[in-house]
Amino acid sequence: MSDLREELKYKIIEQLNLEDISVDEIENNDELFGDEIGLDSIDALELIVLLEKDYGIKLSDPKKGKEVFYSVETLATFIENNR
Amino acid sequence: MKNKYFITDFVKFSKQLKTADVDAIQTELKEEYKALAVQYPKFHKMDLLSKLGFIATELLQKKVNFPSDTALIFQNNASSLVTDIQHQKSIQEKDAYFPSPSIFVYTLPNIVMGEIAIRHQLQSENTFFISENFQADLIKNYTQSLLDTKKASASISGWIDLNTEGYNVFLAFISEKGTLPFTTENLQHKFTA
Repeated sequence: MSDLREELKYKIIEQLNLEDISVDEIENNDELFGDEIGLDSIDALELIVLLEKDYGIKLSDPKKGKEVFYSVETLATFIENNR
Repeated sequence: MKNKYFITDFVKFSKQLKTADVDAIQTELKEEYKALAVQYPKFHKMDLLSKLGFIATELLQKKVNFPSDTALIFQNNASSLVTDIQHQKSIQEKDAYFPSPSIFVYTLPNIVMGEIAIRHQLQSENTFFISENFQADLIKNYTQSLLDTKKASASISGWIDLNTEGYNVFLAFISEKGTLPFTTENLQHKFTA
C-alpha cells in the first residue's frame, strides 16, 4: 500500500521538476497545492497527464481535481479505487 | 544632438558545442544556477531559454538595479526551437500522445521575458524579435523610442539565442546613467567584442 505513495512522491518530484524537495520531505497528507509543497495550476495539468499516462486513469470530472490532488494520500486512494 | 542614454552595463556569455547536446546545456545551466546562490525553485521548471534569461538578469542585477518600469527588448534566431522540439517529440506518436503542459507553456520565446518580469517585479513594455542575426540598429531604435516616449525609464535589451548545440547571450542595461553612449555602433561592438 505504501509503495504506491512512495512511487507517487518520486513521480511528482521528477515530473514536476521539484529539485529542491526530496521524497522524505513529502508527507502522505501534506497539501500539494498549499504552502507545504507549493504546486501551481500547470502542475495540476501535469498530474492529470501523469494519471493517464502512468496509470491509465482519465479524470473525467475536472471538478474532482481539487479533491483528488489534495495530497499524495488522496491521489493514491483515487488510483487504488479506479485502477 | 547629445545622446541621453547609455549602455550602463551588460552581460555576455556563450557556448558552442561540437554536436547537439541539450542535456549538457541543461547540466551546465543548473551549475550556473547553483553558483548564483539564490533560492528560486521555479528555475528548475523553466525551459532552457528562460533559464538563460534568468541567469543573465541575475548576473546583470549584481551590477545595476532594475526600476520596475524597465523594458525588456530581446531578439534571437532560434525562437523557442529547443522547447518546440521537445514538445514535438511528446506528440509524435499517435499511440503515445502525451503532450506535457509544463513544456507546452514554454513553446514561445517571449515567455523568458515573463519569467524575468515575475522574478524582478517588472511591470513594463516587452518585445521579442526573431531574426537571422543580431540587429543592433533595430534594438537601439526600438529601445530608444520606448525611453524617449517615457514608456520606460530603462531597458534590458539584446540577444538571447539558444539551439541544441549551444547558446549566445548578450543583454545590456540601457539607462540615463553611464559613460558609454547608447549608439548602434557601441551596441554592435559590445555584442561582437
